[in-house]
Amino acid sequence: MHLRNPKDFWSGIMFAAIGFAFAVIVKVYDYPMGTASRMGPGYFPFVLGLLLGVLGLVILFKSFVADGERVSALAWRPIVWILGAVIVFGLTVKLIGLALAIIVLVMISAFGGHEFKLKEQLIAGVILSIGSIAVFVYGLKLPFPIWPQFLG
Amino acid sequence: MEALLSNLALGFSVAFTPEALMYCLIGCLLGTLIGVLPGIGPVATIAMLLPATFTLKPELSLIMLAGIYYGAQYGGSTTAILVNIPGESSSVVTALDGYQMARKGRAGAALGIAALGSFFSGCVATLLLAAAAPPLAEIAFKFGPAEYFSLMTLGLIAAVVLAHGSVIKAIAMILLGLLLGLVGTDVNSGMARFNFSIPELSDGIGFVAVAMGVFGFAEIIKNLEQGEEREIFVNKVGRLLPTMQDIKEAFPAVLRGTGLGSLLGILPGGGAVLASFSAYTFEKKIAKDSSQFGKGDIRGVAAPESANNAAAQTSFIPLLTLGIPPNPVMALMVGAMIIQGIQPGPQVMSEKPQLFWGMIVSMWIGNLMLVILNLPLIGMWIKLLTVPYRLLYPAILVFCCIGVYSLSNSPFDVVVTAVFGMVGYLFVKLDCEPAPLLLGFILGPMMEENLRRAMLLSRGDATTFLTRPLSATLLGISVLLLVVIALPAIRKKREEAFVED
Repeated sequence: MHLRNPKDFWSGIMFAAIGFAFAVIVKVYDYPMGTASRMGPGYFPFVLGLLLGVLGLVILFKSFVADGERVSALAWRPIVWILGAVIVFGLTVKLIGLALAIIVLVMISAFGGHEFKLKEQLIAGVILSIGSIAVFVYGLKLPFPIWPQFLG
Repeated sequence: MEALLSNLALGFSVAFTPEALMYCLIGCLLGTLIGVLPGIGPVATIAMLLPATFTLKPELSLIMLAGIYYGAQYGGSTTAILVNIPGESSSVVTALDGYQMARKGRAGAALGIAALGSFFSGCVATLLLAAAAPPLAEIAFKFGPAEYFSLMTLGLIAAVVLAHGSVIKAIAMILLGLLLGLVGTDVNSGMARFNFSIPELSDGIGFVAVAMGVFGFAEIIKNLEQGEEREIFVNKVGRLLPTMQDIKEAFPAVLRGTGLGSLLGILPGGGAVLASFSAYTFEKKIAKDSSQFGKGDIRGVAAPESANNAAAQTSFIPLLTLGIPPNPVMALMVGAMIIQGIQPGPQVMSEKPQLFWGMIVSMWIGNLMLVILNLPLIGMWIKLLTVPYRLLYPAILVFCCIGVYSLSNSPFDVVVTAVFGMVGYLFVKLDCEPAPLLLGFILGPMMEENLRRAMLLSRGDATTFLTRPLSATLLGISVLLLVVIALPAIRKKREEAFVED
């Protein structure tokens, strides 16, 4: 068989895998199914999981029948730098404080763009840092540490 | 009528306090500010700004959120007209004629008619909401679990009609959303499901994390992938007030847009996007001379802008009377209400009248503020649009990160959001529309709960959904909808509507 619709092919695999995974987890972890009148915690997710799995298979099957578009290449550069910057922020903000964490976030995420201008991004980071602290910490009273722990 | 007036009077007494006015203003301003940014729609804007409202009193936080919503919606139109990059999907059609008007040096008139048309439709829709809510809430009290389950089914199916592209993929996205919504502790048995011994997951996946990841981060990655190509009409906005001729041409379109939008907003699965698409198509159909559409016809701006604002307003009706969100934006509002300790549903109106009517009146005030704010501030928004994207996206990231982190003050939610950013980007790559997923996500636990109750009441007899007339009707409409979109002729129409020129 010839793969005619790559987008649907991969969507089908994704839906089928996730759907059946949910159904399998219900069974493996032994969530009680209960009865139709007294449904246990396993009932609804099991049924939904099977439905999604079957639907995934249908999409998969159809991808061999009708034509469709190719999946364009993943843009790894923004993926890595943007999501990386976000995760670093989440993990470090308590330790290094909001002021520094924002600057770090701006600097790392800048690598995900098309051009990187050190001075410009640094200035942007400092301005964003000051502005956000004024609005979110002083204005809206969100409980963020401002300065690094080891200094305070 | 008398009841309506006294209700509105109560609302005014809540919404006209200096505090409420201030938060409404802040909401409108922040919403417009973020909404103007290209590629950031109302869902991402609300998700981003939600934590900012956590510390407020329930009334004030909902008033501010409603302000954010209209602001974001209006900001999106501004971007659509000036940059031809719609800030959000309901502005896609506005970009068609609005941008062409801007190219002809009439950006001001386009912005002006969008603002005035939105204000007009906002007034009408707010009155409609105030008048329709009490009787609908009465009906809602007659709803049993079976009816709720069927109604949610109808809402989800309707969301499929709204989604772009493949119907079957949209249904799969709904199921995926429902499943993700079930992660966490089961309310009936207290058992933690799908948490893989991660303690944070026993509270479930945060809906803000999902919304921000899928609608915010994924969007940024997509934009960075495409590169920067923008043409902005900065110097020749022209006069903002439309001429008499403009008004004469646009007013009937505004009226029709308002009517159509109000109606489509109430429907589950409907909302601003569907409303603006339909209003534009309708306007083009009935126009005696439709040759100017797509080339800068003022009706092509007036109708969809009025319609999407009307729909934005009336989509609060199912939320406030039934507790069921008809679209992802309202799904976020449900989340906000629950965080504030309010269970959305028909009882809100009777138990918390000050909150309910205060919010409705503040919607009208919010609309008024937008007109007063936006016309003079338009210069500022344009300035913002000239900031290059390489400086804008780090700022968006900063707001997102602060927002997600403050949900629970732990790194966990931030990491989950990043994961959903990746997932959302894959959805984009695979042409899977994320809106139905978010709707399913928020409805998942509610559907399960109502299904269980209905089945318990009927002693395990599934025909209860068909023997109760209201429930059967709702399911019947769902089936009809599915059949209709599966018909080849309509399927073609639907595809056309979404690719519009």
